[in-house]
Amino acid sequence: MSIAPTECLIRLYEDRHQIEDYQGGVPRWCSGCGDNAILAAVQRICRDENLRPEKTMFVSGIGCSSRFPHYMKTYGFHGIHGRALPVAEGIKMARPDLNVFVNTGDGDCCSIGAAHWIHAIRYNMNMTVMLHDNQIYGLTKKQASPTSPIGLKSNTTPHGSYLEGLHPLSVTLGVQNVSFVAQAVDWIPEVLYEILLAAYQHKGFSFVRIVQRCPEWLPKMLEPFLNDPNRVQLLHHEKGLKLSSAVSKVYRNQLEHDPSSIHRAREVISETDVIPVGILFQDRSVPCYEDTRHAGHPRTTEYVRAGLEAEFDKFSV
Amino acid sequence: MNEAMRTEMQRDVNAATQKTTKSVQVLSQHVVEVISDSGEGAQRCGQALGGLAAKMGNGVWTMEIIPAEIRPPARSVAGASGNRIRIGSGRVTNGGDEADLVVAFNEQVLLGRVRSRELRPGCTILLESMWRESPDPAIVKAYVETFAELVSAGFKVVETPMERESRKIMSDPRKGKNMFALGVLASVYSLDLDLARDQIALTFGKKAKSVIDVNVRLFDAGFAWAESNLDFKYSIPAERPTEPQIVVNGNTALALGVLASGMEICAMYPITPATSASHYLSEVFENVGGIVHQAEDEIAACAFAIGASYAGKCTVTITSGPGYSLKQEAIGLAVMGEIPLVVVNVQRGGPSTGQPTKGEQSDLFAAMFGSHGDAPKVVMAVSTLEDCFYSMITARKIAETFNMVVVVLSDAHLAASQQPFRRPEFNESWMAPPIDQSAVPAGMKPYDWDEETGLARRFIPGQPGGMHTLTGLAHDRDSKVAYDTDTNEQTLRLRSLKLAALQKTLKAPPVFGDLEGDLLVVGWGSTRGAIEEAVEGLRKEGHKVSSLHLTFLQPMASGLKEVMSRFAKVMTVENNWSDKLEDKIIDENNRRYAPLAMLLRARYLVDVDCWSEAQGRALKPGFVRKALLKKLQN
Repeated sequence: MSIAPTECLIRLYEDRHQIEDYQGGVPRWCSGCGDNAILAAVQRICRDENLRPEKTMFVSGIGCSSRFPHYMKTYGFHGIHGRALPVAEGIKMARPDLNVFVNTGDGDCCSIGAAHWIHAIRYNMNMTVMLHDNQIYGLTKKQASPTSPIGLKSNTTPHGSYLEGLHPLSVTLGVQNVSFVAQAVDWIPEVLYEILLAAYQHKGFSFVRIVQRCPEWLPKMLEPFLNDPNRVQLLHHEKGLKLSSAVSKVYRNQLEHDPSSIHRAREVISETDVIPVGILFQDRSVPCYEDTRHAGHPRTTEYVRAGLEAEFDKFSV
Repeated sequence: MNEAMRTEMQRDVNAATQKTTKSVQVLSQHVVEVISDSGEGAQRCGQALGGLAAKMGNGVWTMEIIPAEIRPPARSVAGASGNRIRIGSGRVTNGGDEADLVVAFNEQVLLGRVRSRELRPGCTILLESMWRESPDPAIVKAYVETFAELVSAGFKVVETPMERESRKIMSDPRKGKNMFALGVLASVYSLDLDLARDQIALTFGKKAKSVIDVNVRLFDAGFAWAESNLDFKYSIPAERPTEPQIVVNGNTALALGVLASGMEICAMYPITPATSASHYLSEVFENVGGIVHQAEDEIAACAFAIGASYAGKCTVTITSGPGYSLKQEAIGLAVMGEIPLVVVNVQRGGPSTGQPTKGEQSDLFAAMFGSHGDAPKVVMAVSTLEDCFYSMITARKIAETFNMVVVVLSDAHLAASQQPFRRPEFNESWMAPPIDQSAVPAGMKPYDWDEETGLARRFIPGQPGGMHTLTGLAHDRDSKVAYDTDTNEQTLRLRSLKLAALQKTLKAPPVFGDLEGDLLVVGWGSTRGAIEEAVEGLRKEGHKVSSLHLTFLQPMASGLKEVMSRFAKVMTVENNWSDKLEDKIIDENNRRYAPLAMLLRARYLVDVDCWSEAQGRALKPGFVRKALLKKLQN
């Protein structure tokens, strides 16, 4: 694969961008929807990391969460249901110079696009993936999703859903080549920001599940966790998040967790009474598929010609 | 047909390499088959024979004979593996009708070919004789019975001790008797022995010199055996080609085309019969800075290709029928987002899993009308090996010029056939232009459609000032989601206009034969050689028949209706299903025509008939000839 010629250019100046430079319109999500909190955190990260808007890409599938790119003033790709990840992989393979973010929901990622999710973890391409997990289908008006808890009443499960909910992170932590896994909640903005920032800064497939509220269809579901700060367990470690005193004062249920241990991460995530929040696992040594595959040789016309002539020689009679 | 083309001419030769004097029959063409159990090397022998004939300047068409299973049981009727090689004095464009000479490593695989009527009655069979002495009485019985049956059916069966003779040279003759067989064929067809030895060296090029030497000795032994034991000898005159040529099969030609087209990424998922294109591409693409991405499924392969294309590098995804079905929603996204994309469908028999290793042209409608909603895309078909190569360059250019999906249809027959063609001369214009990373002019919109042609310049990520969100939802010039009725209809119009704009650039394909007459045959895809051979034969006999072969199925070039109007009858010939009027309940009210006939009827209001066959094999010129004669007489 070639090196994008633009990457050979040295930029003599950097523009500083304001938060407005990343704001692409007034979101049409319901008020109180967790998506708004994620959008605010991401726009701050773009500003703080001074991402060039034209070099930044938000890719999504279909669902409430997948409207995300429309509200950014970067390049965006609002594709088809379940296929955000393979589209993002193609973009990253063609253009390693772009900052790639993916916004996907629990239906998009864990149901119709589940095959892509598993394999995206294996590819470990350098992108930041936000799983907006509200445990319900919102855009199609309240159907049970794969992450809905058992017994959930919805339009397709009026007598309660029949199956145990799938835990996106225990799945993610079970796949080879996993390199960054974190969990956040939409109602602690500071920690959400810190987690997404760490995810962006990690080179590899950074997967962040964001437990978020759906005020329209499941207004009460997360209330027990909101009302009792002790049911959120903050993970901290010198290799993970460092908690501010303000956050520490409210959220006293804290656990020192070393993100280099995948076994501990799996144990922590299997806890059901509390929602663990923080960086569960990180391994910086996993190679990125795009790096493995790129030849690194500039693809000049002469280079192609020589390769092609060599092939014609093989088949000449 | 073969009889008709055969020149009966006898002459004596006493070449320096040949010790005996035999009468040599000069032929204008011959169809040879070399068949064995899979893994016994008949394919290698057949390919070497094809390569050798091509080197000598003969017209050659080789077809792989492939069993449906990877390792069918030894000596099974359905297990034939090998090659058909049609050698001619002039250009050969298809695999011909029935075989004139067969080399068979056992009588069971031979039976399979006899039963599927692939052998000319009375043709010569060189049959491995070792089975007569097998320790297994069941095998001896089967061999003896089949031998007697074939002889009484009129075949000229020559028992050939390939195994016994090869054992004199190597301890495991199963691995070497294919080169013995090549030696026999070199004698039968008076091939150039020095070229043959070069060909063997090329065939085993990667192996040690001792391996090549053994195989040359086996070849020489086969030649010597045939010289002293066979009472016939042919020669198919050839002229050494003046231009350099290459010999590859259709899938390799496609892959070479991808290399040459300037595309850098191929995203695929394994599927028969398309995959061998990706096998070859995987081997060589990185040498020119490209990659083959094997995705987790067909949908992902298409979505990956769309992502890469969107980001500035027009990408190809290669698949076959079932995979093509799976990609439909993603193809619709590329249509809606106006993302250039090349999709290759190497067609196989369908529906469903159908006949994976066998060819058909039954995905034409899927290619044109697949994906929900009104999703206009370009559909083109390859009809020769050379086409397979150049189609990729054309497809990439159309995709990028019109920001459209270009579907290229090939099929299993072309995928597994070989024919020499002129070695392409590299042209810089094949390469894709560099990705535009310049700032977008102020005021320009992401979809600044030209009202007349529907064309718009595409913004590529990295271009300052071009930021927008591409969406599969209905959208306006700003790429903003549009819910209003006017925008929806206007954008449907603009996307449709692009096809018309491309159509304005297309020339009607040339008519093969006179521009008017009694019957016009219309075809597309891999059937070209068989159709044109049949038409040529009938024209020589005075029939007023011509043919037309379409490369562009969507859009179709202007002028086709005018061509059709100059013929009394028009009929398509397709490797497809069509309802037959002989069936009691089939009449004009319910008859399903073959796809191309349906299209022509619908578009041009011309009473186009069809003749089609869906037997999972390439159309034979003799069968086409019969169908055309019948149509001419009715």
